[in-house]
Amino acid sequence: MNDASLGLWTVPIAVLGGAIRVSTPFLFVSLGELVTEKSGRINLGLEGTLIMGAMSGFGVAYLTGSPWLGVLAAGLVGVMFGALHAAICSLPRVNDIAVGIALMIFGIGLAFYLGKPLVQPKAPTLPALPLGFWSDIPQVRAALEVNALFIVGLVFTPILSWALANTRWGLIVRMVGDSSEAARALGYSPLWVRLYATCFGGFMAGVGGSFLSLYYPGSWSEGLSSGQGITAVALVIFARWNPLACFGASLLFGGAGALGPALQAVGVTSGTYLLNAAPYFLTLLILVFSSSSRRRVAGAPGELSVTK
Amino acid sequence: MTQDYRLSRRAVLAGLSAGAAFSALPLSSARAAGALTVGFIYVGPKDDYGYNQSHAAGATAVKAMSGVKVVEEERVPETIDVEKTMESMINLDGATLLFPTSFGYFDPHILKEAKKYPNVTFMHCGGLWHEGLPTNVHSYFGYIDEAEFLSGIVAAYVTKTKKFGFVAAKPIPQVLRNINAFTLGARSVDPTITVQVIFTGDWSMPVKEAEATNSLADQGVDVVTCHVDSPKVVIETAEKRGLFTCGYHASQAALAPKGYLTGAEWNWEALYPSLVTDFEAGKTIPGLIRGGLKAGIVKTSPYTALVPDAAKAKADGVKAQFMGAGYVIFAGPIKDNKGATVIDAGVMRGQTDIELEKMSYLVEGVIGSTS
Repeated sequence: MNDASLGLWTVPIAVLGGAIRVSTPFLFVSLGELVTEKSGRINLGLEGTLIMGAMSGFGVAYLTGSPWLGVLAAGLVGVMFGALHAAICSLPRVNDIAVGIALMIFGIGLAFYLGKPLVQPKAPTLPALPLGFWSDIPQVRAALEVNALFIVGLVFTPILSWALANTRWGLIVRMVGDSSEAARALGYSPLWVRLYATCFGGFMAGVGGSFLSLYYPGSWSEGLSSGQGITAVALVIFARWNPLACFGASLLFGGAGALGPALQAVGVTSGTYLLNAAPYFLTLLILVFSSSSRRRVAGAPGELSVTK
Repeated sequence: MTQDYRLSRRAVLAGLSAGAAFSALPLSSARAAGALTVGFIYVGPKDDYGYNQSHAAGATAVKAMSGVKVVEEERVPETIDVEKTMESMINLDGATLLFPTSFGYFDPHILKEAKKYPNVTFMHCGGLWHEGLPTNVHSYFGYIDEAEFLSGIVAAYVTKTKKFGFVAAKPIPQVLRNINAFTLGARSVDPTITVQVIFTGDWSMPVKEAEATNSLADQGVDVVTCHVDSPKVVIETAEKRGLFTCGYHASQAALAPKGYLTGAEWNWEALYPSLVTDFEAGKTIPGLIRGGLKAGIVKTSPYTALVPDAAKAKADGVKAQFMGAGYVIFAGPIKDNKGATVIDAGVMRGQTDIELEKMSYLVEGVIGSTS
């Protein structure tokens, strides 16, 4: 064990490890929201869904002793929130953004209320795969301790990308998102398609929340989410509605979040607060440089209310 | 297309009668004559393994007293909300003694309510009292740096890498004092020990706290402690990485059976019942109540089996001095970690020294910066 010789190398290792550890909720929420937005609807309530998922996942894992049942329960709670959002938005002249904000506040409040008895207990956590077994450097081993949900997300991303491009239901979702008239003419109900798409988004957000409470940091508390849900919604736009780009953007945000503590740990202490703001600063920069006043954002679904 | 938003007469009547029925509920029946009602207000959940839990333990001790009724409210923000909570405890529950426990409740909220309700006594945690305040306002705080100093001594006996980690929320005097006391304790045993500080920026940032703990582990740190609202995440993450831990606020021994050594805890369950007893007896309670191990306001977690006998002997020796004639942690000469002398040789800054309340430096041996 020669920690001293590793020196500044611990920063990239910590950022890599942090990227894997911190990015998973971003990845799940953004993949779910991507499908919702592809269907022409935006669900800003995912922050509330994420926190509800974290709370219910933790509660079920604690009561049943199985973290995977917790993940499933978190997903199902997410489906309920997604269905609620879609149902309200099916009514005429309802604004999906306003409903999303209402559901976000509702979800956070409900989770805090129901989660009161869960602050103290310890629940079983999700397993991790020791992918760093080949290295005898403890830092590398720790960084490559990859959680199972991250692997699920990693495998799921290309599948989702392929499915959106090549399957019948992928085509339907995209068509509904680009032109509900065309969809109606072909005999598909945009409302039903959006209901399914929003439920899927809710499921993924719930699962993303369960990661927070069941793996990292691995317990339920009221300060658990510092805006991961809402950041993930922005990530989708930043990733131009492309699942593979969502994956990259999630890693980037996870890594940026790990940069501050990692630099402080090696003794770079000036500008701590600036470094802690790195993920948000990064978002602003990218949005400024990729914006255009002349054309609509490339890849944006035509029916999406934010881009109309 | 217009819409009719007027309420029908029937709807108004239904609403009014429901309201009347609700207000007739026996909500204030608890105001029994003679019994003292004490209100406790917490800024977070009261089972957070941290600051709020330590106060709730004090409230539980008060509950056990006969003839005392306790009302509690959790998660009350440091805003006008706490004024509403205080007023409802005073007016609806008949509370005459209040413990609003969070630091930020004091100014202006407690001060405002104290003027409005001169017959109610307010006990604030934070030591912010000064001359000229209404006589029904009191403030208390503990010299928990004494217990931090002892944690540092104990940790110095188990470390192999001679590197400690400290996850802190914000660089304010109380936090810096704890970091410095922990460091001075460790270096009183082995002057080669360094303490790496990471500031997370706020009192409750679970993901960042976990990330900070992991970064410290990557740096080869083998003892971690913290000053955040709920140490749960830091202690659990450190346990997963196989590090030793020292607790804060309350005992986290149950969270880390493989790494927990000892910890600096509040001892409100001793202070609160005695304050309530004094209050009931009509004794004069001082405006500012401060004390450390000797006064029983702070305590240390019982040593776990991981603590070697030599560490116990050394720490208990210093503890006996704290309990007896006194032990000065901040005894000059002390240099800060930039090399400047902050306490001159021969200067003894005892616990009550007001200079310590303005602490703005990290002592030699701490790796980190306050800005």
